[in-house]
Amino acid sequence: MTTLVSQFIAQEELTQTVLDEESKREIRRALLHAVCIPGYQVPFGSREMPVARGWGSGGLQITLAVIGENDTVKVIDQGDDEGVNAVNLRRLVTSSTGCEETTEVCEATVIQSRHRIPEDVLTDEHILVLQVPVPEPLRGIERDMRELSRMHAESDYSRMWVSLYEDKVRNGVITQTTGYPCLVNERYVIATTPIPRWDIPRLHNAEFLTLFGAGREKRVYAIPPHTIVEPLTFEDIPFEIEQNEGTQCRLCGSNTSFLVQSPSQEDNWACSDTAWCRARRTQ
Amino acid sequence: MSSILVPDPVVRVQNLGKVYGPFDAATIDRTGSKIGTARDSTSGSIVAAWDVSFDVQPGEALGIVGESGSGKSTVLRCIAGDVSPTTGDIRLANVEDGKVNILDYDAAQRRRLRIDQLSVVYQDPAEGLALGITAGGNIADPLTAAGWRNYSAIRTRAMELLQRTDVPIDRMDDLVRTFSGGMRQRVQIARALANNPGVILLDEPTTGLDASVASGVLDLIRSLLEELNIAAIVVSHDFRVIEMLTERCLVMHHGRIVENTLTDQLLEDPQHPYSQKLIAAART
Repeated sequence: MTTLVSQFIAQEELTQTVLDEESKREIRRALLHAVCIPGYQVPFGSREMPVARGWGSGGLQITLAVIGENDTVKVIDQGDDEGVNAVNLRRLVTSSTGCEETTEVCEATVIQSRHRIPEDVLTDEHILVLQVPVPEPLRGIERDMRELSRMHAESDYSRMWVSLYEDKVRNGVITQTTGYPCLVNERYVIATTPIPRWDIPRLHNAEFLTLFGAGREKRVYAIPPHTIVEPLTFEDIPFEIEQNEGTQCRLCGSNTSFLVQSPSQEDNWACSDTAWCRARRTQ
Repeated sequence: MSSILVPDPVVRVQNLGKVYGPFDAATIDRTGSKIGTARDSTSGSIVAAWDVSFDVQPGEALGIVGESGSGKSTVLRCIAGDVSPTTGDIRLANVEDGKVNILDYDAAQRRRLRIDQLSVVYQDPAEGLALGITAGGNIADPLTAAGWRNYSAIRTRAMELLQRTDVPIDRMDDLVRTFSGGMRQRVQIARALANNPGVILLDEPTTGLDASVASGVLDLIRSLLEELNIAAIVVSHDFRVIEMLTERCLVMHHGRIVENTLTDQLLEDPQHPYSQKLIAAART
């Protein structure tokens, strides 16, 4: 009986490791590839994770692959550290790697995020990991995978431009909000999914490294620091970020941050980045 | 090569050949117009086109006629880059001064030629157009491929082209899917002209349209060819199309050119027995 219990304990310790070292190395190799070719989608052997695909498994694998014991992780979901998914992912990362956790940007070294870049200025001390549902910016335009890879290989993005043209013709404006297509390093078009337009200018010539992980689609891509990131737009139609005139956060009063509306009440705006909002209120 | 009398050709095609299946010299000998088949009965290979050579002069429209399966569309598609030929040499005056054989280009370079050097109008508009986007969007495609990034400039250019091809401007923002066959064909022509290509290839441009619509499209093509001084290759089995659009004409039979002559002369006095048969059939 005692042996059985000790075996059970040994097994339990084993399962603490979510991702084995060989898998981490494979992901790091893919990430190096991605950093060397900014915006290029690198295939990787997306592993089975204790979260369902589509719930941040790509971001999680990147975080686990790059993080070490001396790191501090921050996980946000829609800007919120306390979202159920964010809490679970953060627990999983800290318990399986032994790293520290935080909600403060200045303390964090790796920030995993869905939908936002934190309002605080990120520096070269930070790695931003974004969970990506659909990594292929041309998915809505072309279904054939071979044709897609040809279009990327030849920088043949005319149909992407046509889709922006069509959007403008039909709707009077370019309606795409999250996942706005951007040209990275003047070469590859990427889907910036899932961040809002608001955050896109902050990817341009950034100090920090951004890693994108799509677990279900088995792709990673990267924007290294100091890389040119241009949202695709026509010369005579300036790229616009989401702005709501006259709105401010009902908690901290900010009108310079990305605000989200509570679905129940109109005129009930609040900062999407909760940690930033809290810090402003306690100051 | 240039002389005072004869300008350099815009398109020069030499010894173009396309064989489906394995072949050797004997395969070629066992097929052709004289033998009466394009299919080699020994190997089963099909010699779709062989030994096809011709020039197109600036501003000239060259016709290629022949029955179904004679290889005329194969030749056109080899030039367009839709089909890769087995052998041959194709030079365009506007591409590196005709110093390169465009068949040596890789697929990406070939496709780039299609943006502003070489346009194709297909028989089936669905092949040349995206039916799920607007007429304007279909023209925006080659324009953005050529580097146009100004929305209003693209709109203006698309409007110009649609006006020129007699497509009502108020249909510019409608999906091409909602257009009639004749109008689709006009949009396809507008798109083909977007970047002022040096050469336009027309593959049965009016086949499948009813007679009155077809003659309208033909009139349009003829006036465009005259006005823009663009070189054209017109493939058709319809002598009315050839007569109306072209000055010179090739007759193809079982993958070979059997006659290369002035269109008027071909219609009045065909030399090759097959041409004679073809003309006689068209007259009845």
